[in-house]
Amino acid sequence: MLSLSPKKLPSADLAPAQLEQGVSPWRDAWHRLKRNKLAVFGGVTLIVLVLACGVGPFFSPYGYEQTNLDNTFAKPNLSHWMGTDQLGRDLFTRLLYGGRISITVGLVATFVALTIGVSYGAVAGFFGGKLDAFMMRVVDILYALPFTIFVIMLMVFFGRNIYLLFVAIGAVEWLTMARIVRGQIMSLKKMEYVEAARSLGFGTQRIIFRHMIPNILGPVIVYTTLTIPGVMMLEAFLSFLGLGVQAPMSSWGVLIKDGAEKMEEYPWLLIFPGTVFSLTLFSLNFLGDGLRDALDVRSAKD
Amino acid sequence: MFRFIARRLLQTIPVLLVLITASFLMLRLVPGGPFDSEKATTPEIKHNLEAYYGFDQPLHKQFFNYLGNIVLHGDLGRSTKYSNRTVNEIIADKFPVSLELGAWSLLIALTIGLSAGILAAVYKNTWADYVTSGIVMTGICVPTFVLGPLLVLAFAIHFGWLSASGWYVWQDRVLPALTLGIVYAAYIARLTRGGMLEVLGQDYIRTARAKGASETRVVLRHALRGGLLPVVAFLGPAIAGIITGSFVIETIFQIPGLGREFVNSAFNRDRTLILGTVMLYAVLIIALNLVVDVVQVWLNPKLKFD
Repeated sequence: MLSLSPKKLPSADLAPAQLEQGVSPWRDAWHRLKRNKLAVFGGVTLIVLVLACGVGPFFSPYGYEQTNLDNTFAKPNLSHWMGTDQLGRDLFTRLLYGGRISITVGLVATFVALTIGVSYGAVAGFFGGKLDAFMMRVVDILYALPFTIFVIMLMVFFGRNIYLLFVAIGAVEWLTMARIVRGQIMSLKKMEYVEAARSLGFGTQRIIFRHMIPNILGPVIVYTTLTIPGVMMLEAFLSFLGLGVQAPMSSWGVLIKDGAEKMEEYPWLLIFPGTVFSLTLFSLNFLGDGLRDALDVRSAKD
Repeated sequence: MFRFIARRLLQTIPVLLVLITASFLMLRLVPGGPFDSEKATTPEIKHNLEAYYGFDQPLHKQFFNYLGNIVLHGDLGRSTKYSNRTVNEIIADKFPVSLELGAWSLLIALTIGLSAGILAAVYKNTWADYVTSGIVMTGICVPTFVLGPLLVLAFAIHFGWLSASGWYVWQDRVLPALTLGIVYAAYIARLTRGGMLEVLGQDYIRTARAKGASETRVVLRHALRGGLLPVVAFLGPAIAGIITGSFVIETIFQIPGLGREFVNSAFNRDRTLILGTVMLYAVLIIALNLVVDVVQVWLNPKLKFD
């Protein structure tokens, strides 16, 4: 691994200078994360995937909608690494372009969910009382509703608009984030260090931004990492039902749908997109779990 | 307990009212009506159709008619796509199929999930644990719409043991139920392992062992009750997920259930059918959540009905 070699570690630990200097909690978490092999694997895979989808299409000799009717359903070969589809389009290129869409939807919709969830949860947790009780009751009720069904209705009635997709998914996925943030803010309000900061004469703003926010950042980051795969899954789910991104654009969900229809004779059309999509979800989950272990100071073993 | 249930049921009423109003308005206010088909309909036909369904009346009148019919007669109206069928008939026809699919999936999820979770907890940090965790991670990360076609490819097309579509004989039921259930089996296994590990470390388990109870008895009789708590809490979301999952599964395996009907009705802009299905799913999810909450308190005396 990338961490210090075992021989050097004990002496470094014992060095008095090191002890006095201390390590910031973030640096500490970073060291723990680096020791988690699966999390590192997930992180590296994600970086590779994002780079490939971001930069890869510029190096591809094919376009995502460039058809070649003389070369349909080609098996994977040297000029088409993942073969071609029913219109002779290069699957590898389409996979990279599709990745752009899927990853963008994942990030933007998660950001929408993050914004709603954090503000809602922070307001409820900070003001407490009746307002909090009401706001959380609303969340409880929304939890019980068939929200995916609403998203399907929205997508059908307002057309398959990609911006609507961001909002619709984001509007569904914020509930858990709101609960987490509310709980965090509430417990932090009662913490002695917040009281101490107040008694030292710091203003509310400084307390919130300098003392409270960094402390809820951990759970928020962790849960954000775990929301992204959920969002990407929902996008693929909708695209699979024919309610997501429209042809000739592709997303991983669209490619999986197309592949599933033709898998009997041309299984690679399903296997490549399916594998890449699953690998992405794997990596995000591993990274999320790793971050949870690394950032949760209470469960830290050292 | 009865007070708890009664209060929850009372709370359901405003929730359903809000839901029904929101869905109703949404379906009425969006562009595109149910009679805008590619085939040109003459204005007279369209007008007659709208009169037949009462869509020509003022919005508030339509709404109260709709609400009144539900409350007084349990009548969800007529489908705008299949004009000779009522929504109640369609639901009565299609819902049992989805219900059966959901029941098999839940059974598979619980059987596989609980056994795998208990095994992983009892044989913690052995190969059995690692293999289970690996399978669990796979189950969580491979989406149903990838897993389903892959299972079809392997077991229906390659080996020819099971069928790839339809809903007639038991061979038709295995793959859809397995595909839908496996994700929840994975989550349940993970939760069971965590719950069991926590319980197995507690004093009353040591007491049970000290009394000379066999290991099987300790695990299944003493530990499982406590270890099941997180699983029961998860059942609410799991049931909701199985319901939405059935849309995709019924599409992949061409099962004539309500899930596929719902997706089609959305494409057809079949207002009444959409509304009726949404209502049914909402009532179902709310009711099952209530059952889950009651079971949770029954299993864990520390919780109280409040």
